[in-house]
Amino acid sequence: MANINTNTRAQKMTFWEKIYLPEIAKGLSLTFKQIFEPKITRSYPEERFEPTGSYRGRPVLVLEEEGERCVACGLCSRVCPALAIEVQAGETLTRDKERYPEKFEINMLRCIFCGFCEEVCPEEAIVMSKDYEMVYQNREDAILGKDKLLVPVAQLQDRLEYLRTHQYYEPKAA
Amino acid sequence: MPTITIDDRKIDAKAGQTIIQAALENGMDVPHFCWHPSLSVAGNCRMCLVDVGMPKMNPDRTPALDDNGNPVIMFMPKLQIACATQVSEGMVVRLGHPKVETAQNAVMEFLLVNHPLDCPICDEAGQCKLQEYGYKHSNGASRFDETKNHKDKRVSLGPNVLFDGERCISCSRCIRYAKEEAEQPVLSFVQRGDHVTIETFPGTQFDSPYSMNVIEICPVGALTSPDFRFKARVWDMSFNETICTGCSRGCNTQAGVRNNEILRLEPNTNMDVNQYWMCDHGRLTQYDFVNQNRVTKPLVRSNGTLAETDWNDAIQKATELLKGVNGSEIAVLGSSRATNEDNYALARLAKEVLKTPNVDFFRFENASFGDAKLRKSDMSPNSIGADAVGVKPSAGGVSAKDLAAKISSGAIKALYVLDDDIAALSPELASALDKLKVLIVHAHNHTATAKKAHVVFASATYAELEGTYTNFQNRVQHVEPFIVTTENERKMGMKMSRLDKFGAHNDRWTQGERRNCRQSWRVITSLAKGLGANADAWRYRASEDVFEELADKISFFSGLDYALLDERKGVVSGEAEKEFAPAFEYESHTLKPN
Repeated sequence: MANINTNTRAQKMTFWEKIYLPEIAKGLSLTFKQIFEPKITRSYPEERFEPTGSYRGRPVLVLEEEGERCVACGLCSRVCPALAIEVQAGETLTRDKERYPEKFEINMLRCIFCGFCEEVCPEEAIVMSKDYEMVYQNREDAILGKDKLLVPVAQLQDRLEYLRTHQYYEPKAA
Repeated sequence: MPTITIDDRKIDAKAGQTIIQAALENGMDVPHFCWHPSLSVAGNCRMCLVDVGMPKMNPDRTPALDDNGNPVIMFMPKLQIACATQVSEGMVVRLGHPKVETAQNAVMEFLLVNHPLDCPICDEAGQCKLQEYGYKHSNGASRFDETKNHKDKRVSLGPNVLFDGERCISCSRCIRYAKEEAEQPVLSFVQRGDHVTIETFPGTQFDSPYSMNVIEICPVGALTSPDFRFKARVWDMSFNETICTGCSRGCNTQAGVRNNEILRLEPNTNMDVNQYWMCDHGRLTQYDFVNQNRVTKPLVRSNGTLAETDWNDAIQKATELLKGVNGSEIAVLGSSRATNEDNYALARLAKEVLKTPNVDFFRFENASFGDAKLRKSDMSPNSIGADAVGVKPSAGGVSAKDLAAKISSGAIKALYVLDDDIAALSPELASALDKLKVLIVHAHNHTATAKKAHVVFASATYAELEGTYTNFQNRVQHVEPFIVTTENERKMGMKMSRLDKFGAHNDRWTQGERRNCRQSWRVITSLAKGLGANADAWRYRASEDVFEELADKISFFSGLDYALLDERKGVVSGEAEKEFAPAFEYESHTLKPN
């Protein structure tokens, strides 16, 4: 008998607690109150959600005036846990940078939006955008090339600002 | 034999050895940049500093003992470089002492003062000695706040070598290599202090036939290959041991493969064949024919044009064509570029099934190619093997030399060619081929010979087959496939790069060509059976079966098998019974398996 707990919560309840009715009334009062509160759902797609800089949407490449920032180092491709990224480097002879991505493809069917590519990028050249609307009619369309990935740097200021203020890696003080 | 102690381990070193040699031979690692076993000792990187002590001697030259009866060791006040300090009796070396670690960290910090942090765009990253030691022997902190030195990048030292001055750590390996191994002393340090850089002497360039070896021995990414530059990151490739088929040396090589395509070839250490080196010719020419312009399916000529078909059809067609010709009117050409197995099967086909005395092969002699180092004037990997397995005319048979004349005179009506592009050898032969009634060709590429053929069998290259080659030393070397074909797709133990391993069929990066080519002995076996040979005598299921029979029947190969060849990295004919002790092989730096 020693193992049976006789001091249960039910045994300690008062009469009013045992009949439940006041508690039901309390709960329903909260429900009816919500009818008069402001709505937080929205009528998408007429009303759209505008994410903040912390949002991890479709990864994109940063395009600057003189061309893409990417130097095709392939670290994003190496770190990508889903193997979504394929990079082929080419050599430039005209620009200051030696390398550029001859081919840069992200397979959006593989991408899991983890943001590792952005974290590992030494050039801040691939960032997560605010784009969350990704609909493809077939598998081939879901493989995005440079033409679809390059986004002018001006459109990515929120994210770049966020990255600078929220460093994943804090450099050691000298 | 001085006995020395390295990190509490007693070692029997050889007299005259340096500490670094003794340590490496006994499996202990001494970090180093500038030392290389085949180059002179420069001692300028200071990375191999170790703590060295000698036993204290009494005035009567007996070792002084402490209270416990152990010899008293007097350590030198300063650390010594292991690459230039010779071992001596009773020497005590400490590799892992805190003093040594402090020194290694200081050397790393010093080397990294002006080394750019551009590993992400450097071809060496992933197999870089500096990068590796940065993890192992450096605490990663730098006190250098000033601007790094800027030097010339992308300087051409020669046609096959590009130099990046900023990445150079001035170890002088390339300078010593050019002088001592390539015997073209055109490289030199110029300037002083942190402005030091490497240049060729005015009016010269480093264009030795062995120039590209400096790219491997460079411990950092300062020397790069214009041929490979930026093609792939090293961790995206698989590295496969094979041999070079450019000449009869048969240098051991490593092929870097991604997406079923060879992207680069590098030497693999084999002290008995090529030591640490290979020539630029082998490195630059031995992969294009594997990657490009391939015969991907068997071809059969119908209505004057070659059309792709399946294997059964092609073999049946070849059988019909060969049946229509008398044995003595058929000539069979083996190949000094095909394996022992393929040549052996072909020699059997000619002698036992086709019953023709006209068996031979062409040699690719080029006296201007050979030199006293690695390059041999016989520019085919297996002419000794083709000879040994019996690809030679029987009594009264037509030899390769007379072939063009005999075809023109009509004595030879059918020709069976293994792998070689014989139409490119001479215009007489090329025009003679047009007169043939039957021309059956095993071909890798769409060559001039293949274009004239009636049946073309898609043939596997050295990258796609399992077999053996016999080099000029009579050394039999085993190769295994590393490029996937429909024939070897399920072969066990094939290495795959990360992308190939994890790619799905609908990933674009796994779409490299899978060719429907076959090893020649397999095709010859089917053909022999088609021509009515006894199936029991042609019971080969793998290359190993062919080689077993070969080793059994031909004394040149007696005692050899694939396992033995793999264990000893190739065995010289007649030395199968010889005692073998695996020797220490130095690897400067290579991709560490993850």
